[in-house]
Amino acid sequence: MNEVLQYTIQGLAAGSFYALSALGLAIIFGVLGVVNFAHGACYMLGAVVAAVLLDTVGLGFWPALLVVPLIMFAFGVLIERTLVRWLLALDPLYNFLLTFGLTLLLVDLVKRRYGVSGLPYERPDVLRGQIELGALRLPTYQVFVFVFSLLVCVLVWMLMTRTRIGMIVRASTERSDLAQALGINVGRWVTPVFGFGIALAGLAGVLAAPFRAITADMGSNFIIILFAVVVIGGLGSILGAVVAGFLVGLVEAFGQAYAPTFAQILIFVLMAVVVLVRPAGLFGREETAR
Amino acid sequence: MPEAPMLEIRGLDAFYGEAQALRGVDLTVAEGEVVTLVGRNGAGKTTLLRSVMGLHRQVTGELLFEGRDIVRTPAHKRARAGLGWVQDDRGVYASLTVEENLLLPPVVSDRAWALDKVYEAFPVLADRRRAGGTTLSGGEQQMLAIARVLRTGARMLLLDEPTEGLAPVIVRQIGDIIRQVKESGGTVLLIEQNVKFAATVADRHYLLAQGSVVESLDNAEFSARQAELLQHLGM
Ligand SMILES: Nc1ncnc2c1ncn2[C@@H]1O[C@H](COP(=O)(O)OP(=O)(O)OP(=O)(O)O)[C@@H](O)[C@H]1O
Ligand SMILES: [Mg+2]
Repeated sequence: MNEVLQYTIQGLAAGSFYALSALGLAIIFGVLGVVNFAHGACYMLGAVVAAVLLDTVGLGFWPALLVVPLIMFAFGVLIERTLVRWLLALDPLYNFLLTFGLTLLLVDLVKRRYGVSGLPYERPDVLRGQIELGALRLPTYQVFVFVFSLLVCVLVWMLMTRTRIGMIVRASTERSDLAQALGINVGRWVTPVFGFGIALAGLAGVLAAPFRAITADMGSNFIIILFAVVVIGGLGSILGAVVAGFLVGLVEAFGQAYAPTFAQILIFVLMAVVVLVRPAGLFGREETAR
Repeated sequence: MPEAPMLEIRGLDAFYGEAQALRGVDLTVAEGEVVTLVGRNGAGKTTLLRSVMGLHRQVTGELLFEGRDIVRTPAHKRARAGLGWVQDDRGVYASLTVEENLLLPPVVSDRAWALDKVYEAFPVLADRRRAGGTTLSGGEQQMLAIARVLRTGARMLLLDEPTEGLAPVIVRQIGDIIRQVKESGGTVLLIEQNVKFAATVADRHYLLAQGSVVESLDNAEFSARQAELLQHLGM
């Protein structure tokens, strides 16, 4: 019983990284129609920037949770303004290729500067050890990651459903040209939305920093799983990205525990089953599947 | 007819790639007028309306709205300048509630209807305000699409086949709304295949065939030639 709980919280913590990143990916895809291949690299950059800031200026974990996403937001804005924007009018494949190229570039730059062995990152003292709830003992850090990420997801959800910005993002996601005919300057939202999506990947990276090996390649496998997450949740679906993120984290954790050689395959089996039963994904709209 | 036209189109050509969909269209709509575009399927009516709204960009020629050339103006600025868009498929957002659909477009003039007034005129929208936009019936979605542009205070409505596929009772309601808009000084350019209906709401009519305006008729001529027009439309 305790074992199951342990894998559950482990899965939810791992799922947190997927959920936050997939949320960013989904919002970017919704508004720009761009599948951001560089999302895994941005997750990696989030962790690397956190580690470097800790090492060089002594910026701790707590402020990093705010500072690094802001830096990544600025990075996203820069990428959108200088590169992505110019290809938006073309086939979405061009931006997919662009962000793929960007990934190779970022990974190599990090390798060149910081090497291939992992950068160190200490977890803050309060997040070490275990939380004891009666007979249950749960790793504090994993519980924190899950609760914190869930909170961020809820905040983003409220931003999307309760605010005018969210309304515009939803409308632009569903039908961009119609939104323009109704007086919405969709173009104005493209840059901040891209930055916001990248910031979420960066935030996932910071959360992963004390928990995972921080290497240039940490995003490479991550992005592949992230695509599975987005397909399972439904391309462009915000709720789907979050639910599928946690779901895939759980599948991965239980897979690693009980069938380690199949852990990754299980995720793609899940993806295949979902696509067969519901081509648009768990929460996708049918029309986006076409 | 009042003097300065609200919308003036001169020599408008529109293309889809190599294919030409509009050929030298000339058309004017004066302030306060209700004008219909009639024509067979594929005549270019939707293309014309989308070109006016700025949704179809592969065009050459002149498009003047309230005297200003808007050919290069992006769609969202045309909307803010006072063009109110009602798409042929109604364009109701599924991911927005009824009320969010109403509140999405920004208010563009002091003719704007307050939300209370919208709900008074369309009680069904008030009842369903928290429901998803596309949970409404086809007729209700059409009401929502029209109410949405009335709320913005758009000075000229562009309606693409607002009565298509709707029950007679709904068609009558839409006729009432259009007449109400006209009475309050609004301007409307609508596509209408229902010739009888068109004659009950409009002042003038343009007949489009193969991308060109072939006739411009006032309502008296139009009504007198209904049988002939119906035949032209293949009905
Ligand atoms: N996206 C498109 N790509 C290529 N050709 C198009 C496209 N949309 C319309 N056309 C062509 O342009 C011409 C005019 O089409 P349009 O939709 O404007 O006609 P319409 O008068 O609105 O017809 P309907 O009564 O069927 O709505 C048609 O020949 C049509 O085939
Ligand atoms: Mg049409």
